[in-house]
Order: sequence, then C-alpha cells, then structure tokens
Amino acid sequence: MILRRILYLLALLLMVVYALFPFYWALSGSLQPSEKLFAIPADYFPWPATLESYRQIFADEVFLKGLRNSVIVAGSVTLLALATGSLAACALARFRMRGARIVLGLILAMTMFPQIAVLGAVHAIISFLGLYNSLAGLILSYMLFTLPLTVWVLTGFFQSLPRELEESAYVDGAGPFQTFWRILLPLASPGLAATGLLTFIAAWNEYLFALSLTITPEARTVPVVIANFSGATVHETPWGAIMAACIVVTVPLVILVMVFQKRIVEGLTAGAVKG
Amino acid sequence: MKRKVGLQYKLERAGWLFLAPALVILGLVGLYPLAQTFIVSLTDARMASGEPGRFVGLRNYGDLFQLKPFWLAVRTTVLFTAVSVTIELILGIAIALILQSGLRARGFLRAAILVPWALPTVVSARMWNYMLVDTYGVVNDILVTRLHLLPEKVAWLAEPGLALMAVVAVDVWKTTPFVVLLILAGLQLIPRQTYEAAEVDGASWWQQFRSITLPMLTPTILVVVIFRTLDALRVFDAVWVLTRGQLGTETMATYTYRQMVDFRKIGFGSAASVTIFALIAAFVVVYLLAARSATGGDDQQ
Amino acid sequence: MAKIVHRHSKQYANGQWRPACAAFLLLSICILLTGCRGRDSAGDAITIILDPGANSFAVDQQLAREFERETGHAVRLLKAPASSTERLSQYLQYLGAESPDVDVYQVDVIWPATLENHLADLSESFTTETAAFLPALIANNTINGKLLAIPWYVDVPLLYYRDDLLRKYGFQEPPATWDELTTMAAAVQRGERMAGQAALWGFVWQGMAYEGLTCNALEWQVSEGGGRIVAEEGAIEVNTPGARRAFTRAAGWVGSISPPGVTTYAEEECRQMFQSGNAVFMRNWPYAYSLVNGNESPVAGKVRTASLPAGSAGRAAVLGGWQLAVSRYSKNPAAATELVRYMTSRHGQKQEALGASRLPTRLALYDDPDIASEFPFIPTMRHTLDNAVARPSKVVGVDYNEVSTYYYQAVHEILTGQNSADEALSNLDALLRKVLDQ
Repeated sequence: MILRRILYLLALLLMVVYALFPFYWALSGSLQPSEKLFAIPADYFPWPATLESYRQIFADEVFLKGLRNSVIVAGSVTLLALATGSLAACALARFRMRGARIVLGLILAMTMFPQIAVLGAVHAIISFLGLYNSLAGLILSYMLFTLPLTVWVLTGFFQSLPRELEESAYVDGAGPFQTFWRILLPLASPGLAATGLLTFIAAWNEYLFALSLTITPEARTVPVVIANFSGATVHETPWGAIMAACIVVTVPLVILVMVFQKRIVEGLTAGAVKG
Repeated sequence: MKRKVGLQYKLERAGWLFLAPALVILGLVGLYPLAQTFIVSLTDARMASGEPGRFVGLRNYGDLFQLKPFWLAVRTTVLFTAVSVTIELILGIAIALILQSGLRARGFLRAAILVPWALPTVVSARMWNYMLVDTYGVVNDILVTRLHLLPEKVAWLAEPGLALMAVVAVDVWKTTPFVVLLILAGLQLIPRQTYEAAEVDGASWWQQFRSITLPMLTPTILVVVIFRTLDALRVFDAVWVLTRGQLGTETMATYTYRQMVDFRKIGFGSAASVTIFALIAAFVVVYLLAARSATGGDDQQ
Repeated sequence: MAKIVHRHSKQYANGQWRPACAAFLLLSICILLTGCRGRDSAGDAITIILDPGANSFAVDQQLAREFERETGHAVRLLKAPASSTERLSQYLQYLGAESPDVDVYQVDVIWPATLENHLADLSESFTTETAAFLPALIANNTINGKLLAIPWYVDVPLLYYRDDLLRKYGFQEPPATWDELTTMAAAVQRGERMAGQAALWGFVWQGMAYEGLTCNALEWQVSEGGGRIVAEEGAIEVNTPGARRAFTRAAGWVGSISPPGVTTYAEEECRQMFQSGNAVFMRNWPYAYSLVNGNESPVAGKVRTASLPAGSAGRAAVLGGWQLAVSRYSKNPAAATELVRYMTSRHGQKQEALGASRLPTRLALYDDPDIASEFPFIPTMRHTLDNAVARPSKVVGVDYNEVSTYYYQAVHEILTGQNSADEALSNLDALLRKVLDQ
C-alpha cells in the first residue's frame, strides 16, 4: 500500500518536472543576464536575480500592444468558435439530419491541408475582404483550425448524452433552440470548457498566420512580437527579454486553466453528488 | 405520426440554421483557399516574381511522383506520427487518470501539466534547441555531468537516428497536455455510480479500467487520436527550428515550406500540398471506417 | 439518470439569458471595432525598412533625422525580421503586392538578382560615384546593366583566436593554412584538457544546415581551388578534387577538434562557446568582435583576429554585407534615392562603423584613422575584401536559394558522416544540373 503511494507520488513528481522544467528554465533565464545561460556547466539558480528583462519588455510599446491584440483575438476566437461550434454540433448530433456524416467529413477536411499551403490563399481572401493587417482578419482566419476541433469534440459530447433528454422538452412544447440552450449546452460544459481552453491557447500561440496577415504593431499579436525581439545586433537573440515575455504571456494562461479546470472536471459528477 | 413528422421537419430546418454560421465561416476561410491551392498547383507560378504563372497541367504532379526526397519525407512523417501519437495517447491517459484522483493540489497540477501547450511554440522550440546543444545544453548537463546517466555528452540534434528521436520527444512534451485535457473531460462522462457498483462487486482497479473506463472513453479517444494524427502529419515548427529537416527529419510540411517559401515555387509547392492532402484524406477515411466497425457500427457516426 | 440531468439543467435555465446576450453583443462590437484597424499610412514620408538590431537602428534613426533636417523630407523607419529568410519573405509580400508602402529596402548581398523585377535602376543617379565603392559589390549589384542597389556595409569573416592559449603552447603566429590550424587546435585542446579544462574545443564554425554553411563551405572549397559552385559562365563546379579534399578535411574536424554538435551551430552558438572561453579558434563575422572583447566577456583582451587560413590554392573569404535599394513601386523615387545617397555617404558609413560596428563599403574609409583605431583588424580587412569570393547569386538568379540549399545539404551530409564526399558531391552535381537545366 505504502509502496503504491510512493510510486504514485514519484510518478507525479516526474510528470511535473518533465512538464515544468523548460518553464523553470525560462523563468531562470528571465532573471539573469543572457550570458549566464550558456555557461558550462549550467547554472540552475538565478542568483543574483535582476528584473532588467521585465523592465525592458514592459517599456516596449510594441510588446504591450501585442498583448492587447492577443487578448482580443484569442478571446474573440474562443467565443466565436464555441458559439458557432456548439450550434453546429447540436444540429449534427441531435437533430437526426441527413448528410450529417458528410458535413462532419467536410469540416474535418479543413484540417488536412498543411498550414503553409493554405497561407497564400487565406492571405488573398483576407485582403479581398479588406481585412489585411486587422484583428478581424486574424479572428476570421483562425476559425479555420479552431472550428473543426470544436465541432468534432462537442458533437461527440452531445452524442453521448442520453436520447430521452430532449424528448420531454419537445413534449412540453419547447423549440429546438430552447432545448439546445437550456438542456444540452449546460450538460456539455466539460466539453465546452476543454475546447474553449484549447482554442484560446491555440489562438494565443498561433504564429504563421499572424506573421503573414499583419504588418504593423497595431495588429500584431504577441508570438510574432516575441519572435521579432532583437538584441543589440541582428545576430544576437535577446534571451532575457524573450524568456521574460514568455513568462508574462504564459502566466495568465495558467491562471485561466486553474479557473476553468474545475469546470472541465466537475460536470456530471457534481450534479450526481448534489442530487 | 403526423406530429412526429412535423417535429422532424422542424428539427431539420433548425439544424441547417444552426449549421449555417459555421458553414459560412468555414466556406469563406476554408473552401476558397483549398480551391485556390488546387488551381495554382496546375501552374508553374513563383512567388512575387513579377510574372504570372503559366499553366502546365499535371506536370508538377508528374515531377513530384518521381522525387525520392518527397516520398522519403512522407515516410518519415508517417513514422513520426505513429510513434508520437502512440506515446502521447498512453502518456496522456496515464496522466489524466493520475490527475483525476483526489489530490489537494489538483488545480495547480492540472495547470502545471498544461504549461508545455501554453508556451508559444516559436519560443519553446528554440528553448529546446538550446537545451539540446551538446556542449552547453542543459539536457546533457543533467544527464552526463550531474546524474552520470550517460558516459559522455551526446549531440542529440547532430546524429541521424537521434535527431528524429529528439524531435519526437519535443513534440510529445508539447502536445501531451492536449490529450490530457480532452481525456480528462471525457472521463467526466463516466458516471461515478458505475465505478461504485463495480467496487461493490469486488472488481480490481485494472478490471475497472478495462471494462468501464476504456470502453466509455473510446469515443473521446477516437476524436483525440484523429486530431492528434492530423496535427502530427502536418508537423512543422518543432522540426524546422530543431533540425531544419536535416538528418532524416524532413517531414511533408518542411518539404512543402522549403519549396513554397525558400524556393518560392508556389506552383510546385501547391501540387505537393494537394498530394499531402490526398494522402491524409485517404488515411482519415480508412481510420473512420475502422473506427466505425470498432465501436460496433454505432449509428451515431 | 434523466431525472438528475433534468434537475441539473433547471439550475442553469434560470438567469442564463442575459449574461449570454451581453457577451454576444460585446463580442460583435469587439469584432466590428477591430475590423476597422487598418494599415497606418505614411503620408508623404519616405519609408525605409532596416535591421532590427538595437545598436544599428539607433544609428539609422540618427542619420534619418539628419536627413530630415537637411532636406525637409520626412522619413519613417520600419524594423525588418531578424532572420534573413523571414526578411526576404516579408519583402516579397510587399513587392509581390506592388505596395508603395516601403520605398527603400535593406537588401542582402545575395538578393539583387532575385529581386531584379522589383528594384529601381539607380545607374542614372549614381554615375561617377560608383567608383568610390568596393568594385566587387558594385559588380554584384549590377544585373543586366542595371545598378539595383548601393553597397552600404560589408561583412567578411574573420578567424578569431585565443592569443594567450596559442602562446602558452608555443605558437607565436596564427595559422597560415587549414592544416596548421588543425594541428594547433589539436595541440591546445589536448593540453588544456589534460590540465583540467574538460569542456574546451579547438575550433568552432557554422555547421548548421543553412546559408551560413554555404559560406563556410564555399571558403573551404575555393581555398583548395575546388571551384565556386557555379562559375561566372554558368559551369557547375562542385564535384572537383579541391572540393572533395576540403570537405573531407572539414568532416575530420567534427568530433576531433570541433564538438560533434558543431553541425547544429549558427553564429550565436559559436560566439557563446568562444566567449565563455570554451573554444580556441572561431570563424565568425566582425559583429562578434566588440562582444567577445566587451566588458561582460570572460575572454576580453585575450582575443585577436586574423584572415582565414589558406588551402592549397590560397586564402578565401566569402563576401557578405548589405545594400540599400529603391523600390520600383515607390511614390517618391527621387527622394528615396537621395535618402540612399545620404545613408551610404562617407558621413553615413562612418557613423555606422563607429556606432554599429558596420564595416564601410567606401574605399576611402579604410584609410580613416578613427575607424582604424576602433577596428584593429582593418588592415587585414582591405586585403581580404579585394579577394573576397562572391556566392553565385548573380549567375544563378532566382534559383539561388535552391542551389544554395542543395549545396549546404550535401555538405551537411558529408560533415555528419551520412555520405562520403564523392557520393554526396556527384549527387549534388546531378541535382544542380537539373535545377539549372543543364
């Protein structure tokens, strides 16, 4: 019994170290001058620590604008994907539609093209719509890779709910939308939270489309801004600033996860316990 | 009977209405670019050359089918995907199970696990690059100098066999959280009473896992596998930053990127993209058919 | 089950509408607002896109302000991506769209041929002045009789070495040939490791599979008389005895005097190794000089530079550097040309040299005492520059990236032991013939 407990804790520890070490490394790198990072043997403890890198990035207007843009884009993409995705999933899963499988297949087909291939054409259509170098353009183009996942996961969730659910609602005279809104959606909340989180993070960290569809700091998002950080010369990589920016950019995501993870995990079981 | 038909009609109509926003958006942002790629693949267009491309029909495809490097890239990508997704699935389920059981630091742990996914790939790939450097990289420092697990420092990214392993390791590190998150959500669909009933019947943990958890988790696993596979087949960032596709790590996406962006051959590159799309689509069809028979021909999918 | 679920859903049903509607409204407003954000126009200003490095950008800004004061033309400065390939991609985005948003581009020495259709001909505006610049660069920038870019600053590689370590082992002078370098590096490395410095390596250079490897490999190849990848008339020169000799020797360094991971190193990895005191020799560009001798460097004061060693056919160094070009789609080409003239003037180049360690392209500045005192390696530089080897970008034109990629991939295979020099080079020869339609 004790052995099992120890193995369990060991596995946990390994897991956490494996996942978090690079993050710790980034934290350590953000608190010391870059040169220290490449010493042999490696220096694991940032002492004496300096907040110079953080001062540097927060004084950078381009970085701050990037943060703002990322929040707007990622937030909007998530809300839009969840809204349209859950509606679509509900229809495909519960309304017994003909051609549901074909639609699902077509949606999945969107994720089968290499990003770089689609890039040129997405660029063309975004320009055509007059949305080049704008946040709306980014939000729209991000739908390409966030909507399919949302639709598929939520379709799965809706399908696993028992059939009889809506029957009683329809008998009571409820319309399709009311049934969706009041009954199905709340029950799929673990799925909504999970895909919402994944979508937010995917949109937050997206680089290629953001690089190609925006040019000025007004519309640039944070990954592109970080990747474009340059040091004193063009050959140098300003690790201190990059690591500091990483920390700044990841911590809100971590907080977001801590807030939403309860939602992911306490869906039906919470209801069962309370009932 | 009449009422049921009326209801079904109402549902179908509502269904198309519900689907409309998603279909419109995807049609705009998805269908047009895909069609455009098809068309460009039939020309010899070069990016920003100042001249439009000439129509060459299927010549790009003909050239592509004879090019060994392309098919080698396809093979490498499939190998990478198979290994990567398998590891991520097993690791992901294990971690999700550990995280689900009652622990006080649950919230923090779940957030901690998500960090690799949350760090921007652009940066984490470069960080891993530096950590894997043979002389001053942290990985060698820990394995060789501190823990003495290896006799001498290894150039992870400079040896043909190891390079692919390193890329897989970084990809697994980065995307396992994705699997964990979805499996965690899927685990919530299993009502606790089922487990309680099994415990009363005296089933062991492994028996519970095999007869309750795994079957009820199957739909989630299928979705996770298909999306992870699609992503793995298109892997680009990690490979490009770590090895640039050298030493046997050239994937379909790095090959296409090189053709389209470095060489600016968007005509030929588009043909490569269309071929990749066809290969992936073929795989998906096979997978979905197999999945359907695995779940007993369920009428849902 | 249904009962539990039903009760659960009732808990959500009440009061869910209003916050949801508010969220949707907010979302729509956000999207509408953000859609209105467009490109900020430059108005009448001349836009120039430049290196993002902090040091050089500061000097560029200073020069731009001076230009504004003298001519009354406003200047807007944009930062380009740090990576060369990304920079070219971004330029192509603008140029491919025939955008008037950028007037002056900072162009790599290997790009004029590839951007031929997009750059303005400056030969009318710079008739006699071209004689003041390095002839090799003017020739490089003249495509089909058109002068497409004015040389701004030049980059040629140096051999950095630890003078203190060399003397400790009895070597008074830096190596004159590659074989001498091999021997010296091995001796110092052996000695230092026995003395306890386990992490020291003899020689670091850029062995990663990228354009930098093309530079290194071309230097080895030319120094052995192995040809220039593609000769001026178009003949392919890769599968030559000189090339085979050169690459086999380099492959011998990997794991012996160079760390096995050297085939993954770019400029920065080399500098980090050298600056932290873990390398005896380093081949790198001049930018590293002020850093390795800077205040924070553990090896400050112990570093000297020399020309790259010779092979059996002499010394060779690859010509690098950047030029300024005017876009064909500029709305104000006359003013843009004047800006180029100002930045590349004697004054402009001297400022860049003193403030950003950028070596000038004007011959006269190589006799300037201020510059000579700042850069002790200037005397050797002049000789190296006169004999610098240009990569075959002009000969090959638009196909340069492809040629360079296949070249460095082949060399990389030799260095990592995946292929013998004979096999890799004969494959390369066949591949290049196909690309260049021979």
